[in-house]
Amino acid sequence: MKHRWAMAIDLDRCTGCGACVVACTAENNIPVVGEEEAGKGRLMHWIRVNRYWEEENPGARATYLPVPCMHCQRAPCEIVCPVYATYHNEDGLNAMVYNRCIGTRYCANNCPYSVRVFNWYDYQWEKPLDEQLSPDLTVRSRGVMEKCTFCIQRIRRVKDKAAGEGRKIKDGEVQPACVQTCPPGALIFGDLEDPDSAISRLFKDPRRFRLFEHLGTEPHVVYLKRRKGAGA
Amino acid sequence: MSGEHLLARTDEAQLYRDLSRSNLVTTWKWFAGAGTLALVLLWGIGVFVYMMMTGMGVTGLNRPVFWGILIVNFVFWIGLSHSGTLISAILRLTHATWRAPILRAAEAMTAFSLMVGGLFPLIHLGRNWRFYYTIPYPNERGLWPNMRSPLMWDAVAINTYLIGSLTFLYVGMIPDLAILRDKSEGWRRMLYSILSLGFRGTHAEWRRYHRASTLFAILIIPVAVSVHSIVSWDFAMAKVPGWHSTIFAPYFVVGAIFSGIAGVVLVMTVLRRVFRLERVLTPLHFDNLGKLLCMMSLIWGYFYFAEFLTVWYNRNPEEWEVFSSYGKSYLPVFLLMIMCNFVIPFPMLCMKKVRRSIPAISIASFLVVVGMYCERILIVTASLARRNDPFIWHNYFPTWVELSITAASFAMFGLLYMIFSKIFPIMAISDIKERLFHTTERAFGGASAEAIARVEEGEEEGSA
Repeated sequence: MKHRWAMAIDLDRCTGCGACVVACTAENNIPVVGEEEAGKGRLMHWIRVNRYWEEENPGARATYLPVPCMHCQRAPCEIVCPVYATYHNEDGLNAMVYNRCIGTRYCANNCPYSVRVFNWYDYQWEKPLDEQLSPDLTVRSRGVMEKCTFCIQRIRRVKDKAAGEGRKIKDGEVQPACVQTCPPGALIFGDLEDPDSAISRLFKDPRRFRLFEHLGTEPHVVYLKRRKGAGA
Repeated sequence: MSGEHLLARTDEAQLYRDLSRSNLVTTWKWFAGAGTLALVLLWGIGVFVYMMMTGMGVTGLNRPVFWGILIVNFVFWIGLSHSGTLISAILRLTHATWRAPILRAAEAMTAFSLMVGGLFPLIHLGRNWRFYYTIPYPNERGLWPNMRSPLMWDAVAINTYLIGSLTFLYVGMIPDLAILRDKSEGWRRMLYSILSLGFRGTHAEWRRYHRASTLFAILIIPVAVSVHSIVSWDFAMAKVPGWHSTIFAPYFVVGAIFSGIAGVVLVMTVLRRVFRLERVLTPLHFDNLGKLLCMMSLIWGYFYFAEFLTVWYNRNPEEWEVFSSYGKSYLPVFLLMIMCNFVIPFPMLCMKKVRRSIPAISIASFLVVVGMYCERILIVTASLARRNDPFIWHNYFPTWVELSITAASFAMFGLLYMIFSKIFPIMAISDIKERLFHTTERAFGGASAEAIARVEEGEEEGSA
């Protein structure tokens, strides 16, 4: 069964609430680094909500842009890794093998979206926070890169379940944590190999655009442009 | 054409004593200097271990500046290594007879700065203890390194260059080691006997030696040029505004030779003073290197201008943002670079008086080394600090950890050089003797000048 997982982000719906960031942090064993480290530019978030200010005060308006890993079809991070720690898997995902990573950080430099994060330290979860670590994925050690996986553990679980029941995966059955959480439903996830899926329709939407499209990375994440109009 | 003629002309024993002073006398100053450097180096090693045990968080790195001055040091040292082999190989091929006293010092500098520079990619790894994952050997992990990665090209290129330049250094040293063997005793005699490979100075041996060194000189030039091209591709192959530039390969090679010549001048100044080589390293050598340095300054200036021009002309907003940061948070570094690389040294080196004055040309060279270091800071960190997405822009400043390791790298270079100068001939004795042998004083009107007679390779072939 072939899949091509993809995400659409509707900027008309995004309110910039940051629930996706929280959900992702909880799901993926992402360390919370604290104020000081965050000020040094070392947030470990796999998805971030960019905030751009339009106009100066007092007419200032914020635009929000959630940025997860784009899972590029022609991923710049993959070719520069000397040890194949990041590679393309059979589902079209840009996957990461923590055990292989030696921490050259070249992939992070070559990612135009700067969505890759690096384990600067061995991060600790104080009791009882360690109880909430997900057993489905590793806690990464210091010195390795990590990034959004489209919640590959959830994809695996659904794939196993569907295979056990001898059926195809239904549209919307796989939901990464951010998609599941997004209150206004701005994030849509699905399989591009399924022509009837919501994501396949959104990939043809006239509002769609890709981030830094001119770089030719062919991301698997598309954005739907904000419509300017009453109330926008 | 045996050695006796030479003996007849100059006092060989005196020449040997002058040139081998570094091997013959060891003062307390040497031990004090080496001890200090060893302490700095030990401190650096300690800091490195601390960084390895704690994590890269102790550096000033962040997102998006994932590479900092550790990588700047890498480019800097590999750049310095370009002087030696390249200078001595080109000068050998062009039969520049004044090269003899510079050869060994420059070649040794190449070897040692490569050794130091080559460590930095390993030091800056997040998991240094897994460095062997990049080595291509059949392993139980069932993995092969990714040969598409410029880092792998880099590893291959630098190792090739290191092996090549060590061989070049060693082969060039064999006749000198034979001289040392004949003059020394004790453990030194043992060592030199082994290393000189039984060189006795017969006609056939000399012919083979000359052929081998010419061959090495020809082979090492493309390697040297390709190494820094490949170092530049670490950057140019990446999709980072400010790195992604087709001009980078020749630009880096020029920058490397530029800083390399400056490094050779500095090393020569120190050697000349410490080992009292005033008679051998004359203002003529500094003058000639000064001319090279002056020309490289011009070429470097042209490349920098060309890089700016193309970015300014196409106004690609991503690249333009990087270059405009040179005028904002990176202004001190930028000004230092322009002043030290072009504005001050170029007019200085145009003047014969400066080139012939050893303090003046040393100052110019020191400025060039500083300027080239600044250039690499700008290339590596400023480009990363202004990545495509303005939301994550972040400045970078190194911490005491990175500065300690940087200081230790200079100490390591110094220490390697000091030890080398104690054990091996720092002056190319046989090349200098060869030059003296070919040289006669000729009177031109009132003045006298050196006239040099040389046998061409082809003519000698006839007797073989």
